[in-house]
Amino acid sequence: MTKKIKNLNLNFGPQHPAAHGVLRLILELDGEVVEKADPHIGLLHRGTEKLIENKTYMQAVPYFDRLDYVAPMNQEHAFALAIEKILKIDVPIRAQYIRVMFCEIGRILSHILNVTTQALDVGALTPSLWGFEERETLMTFYERASGSRLHANYFRAGGVHQDLPAGLEKDIAKFCETFPKIIDDLENLLTDNRIFKQRNVDIGIVSKEDALDYSFSGVMIRGSGIPWDLRKSQPYDCYNLLEFKIPVGKNGDCYDRYLCRIEEMKESVSIIKQCLAKMEKGPIKTFDGKISPPSKAEIKQSMEALIHHFKLFTEGYRVPKDEIYTAVEAPKGEFGVYLISDGSSKPYKCKIRAPGFSHLQSMDYLIKGHMLADVPAVLGSLDIVFGEVDR
Amino acid sequence: MKNLIDLEKKINSELTTKINKTYVKHEQVYVEIDKEDLIEVVLFIKTDQDIKFRQLIDITVVDYPEETKRFKIVYLFLSHEFNQRMILSYFINENEVISSLTSIFPSANWMEREVFDMYGVNFKDHPDLRRILTDYGFEGHPLRKDFPLTGHTEVRYSEEKKKVVNEQVKLEQNYRNFDYESPWEGTEYIKEITETNDKKN
Repeated sequence: MTKKIKNLNLNFGPQHPAAHGVLRLILELDGEVVEKADPHIGLLHRGTEKLIENKTYMQAVPYFDRLDYVAPMNQEHAFALAIEKILKIDVPIRAQYIRVMFCEIGRILSHILNVTTQALDVGALTPSLWGFEERETLMTFYERASGSRLHANYFRAGGVHQDLPAGLEKDIAKFCETFPKIIDDLENLLTDNRIFKQRNVDIGIVSKEDALDYSFSGVMIRGSGIPWDLRKSQPYDCYNLLEFKIPVGKNGDCYDRYLCRIEEMKESVSIIKQCLAKMEKGPIKTFDGKISPPSKAEIKQSMEALIHHFKLFTEGYRVPKDEIYTAVEAPKGEFGVYLISDGSSKPYKCKIRAPGFSHLQSMDYLIKGHMLADVPAVLGSLDIVFGEVDR
Repeated sequence: MKNLIDLEKKINSELTTKINKTYVKHEQVYVEIDKEDLIEVVLFIKTDQDIKFRQLIDITVVDYPEETKRFKIVYLFLSHEFNQRMILSYFINENEVISSLTSIFPSANWMEREVFDMYGVNFKDHPDLRRILTDYGFEGHPLRKDFPLTGHTEVRYSEEKKKVVNEQVKLEQNYRNFDYESPWEGTEYIKEITETNDKKN
């Protein structure tokens, strides 16, 4: 007598702690081996692009915080750059350093979260407890500059909203001194850890060819040995004035991607230090009254400033007809904004290119033939945040 | 190709008849083609040794409801080797079916599903054309310009039926879209909702 064996279909999520959000992953299992993975996304879809089409350029900025909510300012950066390129405005050098500094803080925020939760997914609890303490410190920096820990709404076309408050620079510098010690501690726990290595080495290998074909970017493409970083290859703001290295992986597995993230955090600390050293007092946004709002003091004195203020916060600034794609190196990969302006004060079309979208798409290719227990490890190393995948 | 001007020249000379228009702007090459030539052009720019756009960054659509050729389909490409970007586009009618790029770029799969979901553009030879971002059983295409911002339906948990139900959107206050550019017109209200609300009162 022969027994018929049917493959088992398993729903991983949408409420699974290792799914990093609301992912419904339908797995077809043959015993413990995954035959097929079909991610169902969109459970966090909020229609960001539609909403942006109905808001002025300034009102659209907060939506970018809500995409990849572990590194909010990196997203705002892409949008601000797109508008700046169309309007052809120059950003004061201090504003550029502030923006780059906060982008690097965002990178550290994101990488801490990813590295520690990846460790959590494969069974190590301590790194997340240590790492999240540092994230808290970093989010306080966010709060002191912008007023909120997460949804900063800090970058503007032409600069940043406000100058840094007194003492913040000193505290960030202090953090840069203490943080490398924490990275070393995390590495002590994980890098040579037998269990961590068993769970990550040779899991989810991506070849160079496939990394290109599947539209990978960021750590996912660097982990496979392609030295590609938009901060170096297509520098924006003041990245060309800074010195930093691009860590590249060798085998393209989960472990290499973990190592890349650790090294990138170290580089980010060095970038922040350089920014602090090079930053001088000066304006933090463009002086063009048609684009950046006047100061409160000016409004009290000058009729023109009052008119500008009123027009900016009702109608908003107009952006001439144009079509542009700008991308930044967000912590998770290439984050891009494809913007079509039609001469009015609202974007006609704003397509957001989220790195996580194409990374998650390759889940089926990455996990086929692996064991069920490898699913969280691979998912963790993809660095998925559903805010940006679902938009 | 070393620079964008050379790239533009090369594309024009190699694909003469298939290219409608090219220009360089914002350090990117913009290329306009016809719908029929998509596969050939994409294969060429992916495989040619001097061009090598090895990565498809994104696919999207721009909706111009008042035009006869309503949708502009946009493809973004990136060449790592030459550090260049290219934006490829063409226009189609509302009901036209276009070719899928999934056989050339596997990553086109989800991007095309998103385009299908958001704009209702159909793809030929796509292996798995389902909705991706919207809910199971959703109707309509949200990113079309004639789709209202508030949507058509809303969900809530019904105590009587003991399940989640879909209902028509009921707004306590009408969505107001102020037109600040001409201060004399006032806001444009969504007509249907105003009428149904009137009947209720």
